[in-house]
Amino acid sequence: MNVLEVKNLRKCFDDNLVLDDLSLTVPDHTATVLIGASGSGKSTLLRCINLLDSIDDGSIYLDGREISDPGIDVDEVRRSLGMVFQSFNLFPHMSVLDNITLSPIRVHKISKAQARDEAMSLLRRFDLADKADQFPDRLSGGQQQRVAIIRSIAVKPRLLLLDEITSSLDPVLVNEVLSIVRDLKTEGMAMVLATHEMGFATQVADEVCFLKNGKIVERGPASQVISAPQHVDTQDFLQRVHEAGRL
Amino acid sequence: MNNVSPARDNSGRASLWTPSAREVERQVARTAINRKKILIATTSSILVLGALASLIVTSPGWQVVKETFFDWSYGSEVLGAISKGLIVNIRLTIIAAILIGIFAMVLALLRTSRSAALTPFRFLATAYVDIFRGVPLLLVILLIGFGLPALRIEGLTNSVLILGTAAVVLTYSAYVAEVLRSGILSIHPSQRAAARSLGLTSSQTMRHVVLPQAVKRVVPPLLNDLVALLKDTGLVSILGVTDAVRAAQIASSRTFNYTPYVTAAILFLLITIPLTRYTDRVLAKSIKRQNAQGAA
Repeated sequence: MNVLEVKNLRKCFDDNLVLDDLSLTVPDHTATVLIGASGSGKSTLLRCINLLDSIDDGSIYLDGREISDPGIDVDEVRRSLGMVFQSFNLFPHMSVLDNITLSPIRVHKISKAQARDEAMSLLRRFDLADKADQFPDRLSGGQQQRVAIIRSIAVKPRLLLLDEITSSLDPVLVNEVLSIVRDLKTEGMAMVLATHEMGFATQVADEVCFLKNGKIVERGPASQVISAPQHVDTQDFLQRVHEAGRL
Repeated sequence: MNNVSPARDNSGRASLWTPSAREVERQVARTAINRKKILIATTSSILVLGALASLIVTSPGWQVVKETFFDWSYGSEVLGAISKGLIVNIRLTIIAAILIGIFAMVLALLRTSRSAALTPFRFLATAYVDIFRGVPLLLVILLIGFGLPALRIEGLTNSVLILGTAAVVLTYSAYVAEVLRSGILSIHPSQRAAARSLGLTSSQTMRHVVLPQAVKRVVPPLLNDLVALLKDTGLVSILGVTDAVRAAQIASSRTFNYTPYVTAAILFLLITIPLTRYTDRVLAKSIKRQNAQGAA
């Protein structure tokens, strides 16, 4: 069963075609990793899947249901999607616990007590229980991003979308964030993630897609796309990543 | 004041280490520099203010002005009546502030909403704000205060106090709505995206994520408007409401002495100056907080 199917997706900003006839399939319990230079369309693809950006052609299916239908209830679709952003986007006026329980209480209508219990057990699991009553500005970047991940999985999404979640972090904080994602993957959470961390991509990816100019140029298991790329553009990109010391 | 070399408080550090000879030397030098600065500030203040005072006191009309504007024995005689008037201003300010808060919030929400069903209201709200921001408050007070009763609508109040308050509320709601709207627009779109991606509807996003942050951000300008509101309640005196301004007018027309006006002005200042200082403190704090966030 496929959680997500993207068929012939096109998206343009003015005259600029950012996603060009792009198709993608994500089977349940698998992780699809998007790699590629900035501006290649990774973030836009994630935002389109989450219906934060409108699409200009093609269709998107979530659990077999077309969510790119204009009459669809977007709020209802987003209830089964989790999204984590590069810049964390925690709500600065709410404590960590309130950030996590906002959607369970307001959207999923779970009782406050139960939402708190579930949030606390997630926080305990990821060693953040002592931060429950803190405000986001008192946390390190790594802690903030871990809270953002917990916030997105607190609503038990069908699919998790991770948009360069370690790109604005101090290198020493990257691993604490990635280890959560590894845990979630082991549990069988389906996910699509954009990243520049090739080592991490190799560890979690069931499929790696290399994007250039809004097209998937090369796709396959990490052992192929990252370790033995076939396409000259992929080779060139990975060469530059390697030179930057990121591989 | 932004001192380049402030006298630093070393009491907290004294226990951490014994200051070196060089540091002790520097502290002595800093103290000397500060003493010199204080001396310069004091001297220049005395010179400037003294010159200003002597200019006024030695002017040919000073004796007359002193008697007609600064007759303190008459001032204290009318203090009671003017204070009673000021209570009217304060009560009017409080009631108006509450109504303005509600009405302005509705206007701001209408102007920022994207709902198709609200389109006519969005248009009306925009027109409303345009009109009431552009017409002088005094004119609105006159039009409402004299115009509405002239319609002789059954059940409509003739109380000048209520009509005057209504005029102030109508005008200030337009100002405050714009302040609130700018606060709403200043919240970064990523906050909205995060909320929507969690499944919150657009009105839930507004209520739980955008508004709490927006209102907090515009507290300083809102306090500013509160000070202006208190002063502008004096304008309803033109309808015959016996507020502080009207009380002063009555007192001075009886004797042709203008001290009651000065008394009323001082009474207003006794409230507005502390309020303004408080506003400045809130503003400084919020700037500090935003800078800290930017640096993080």
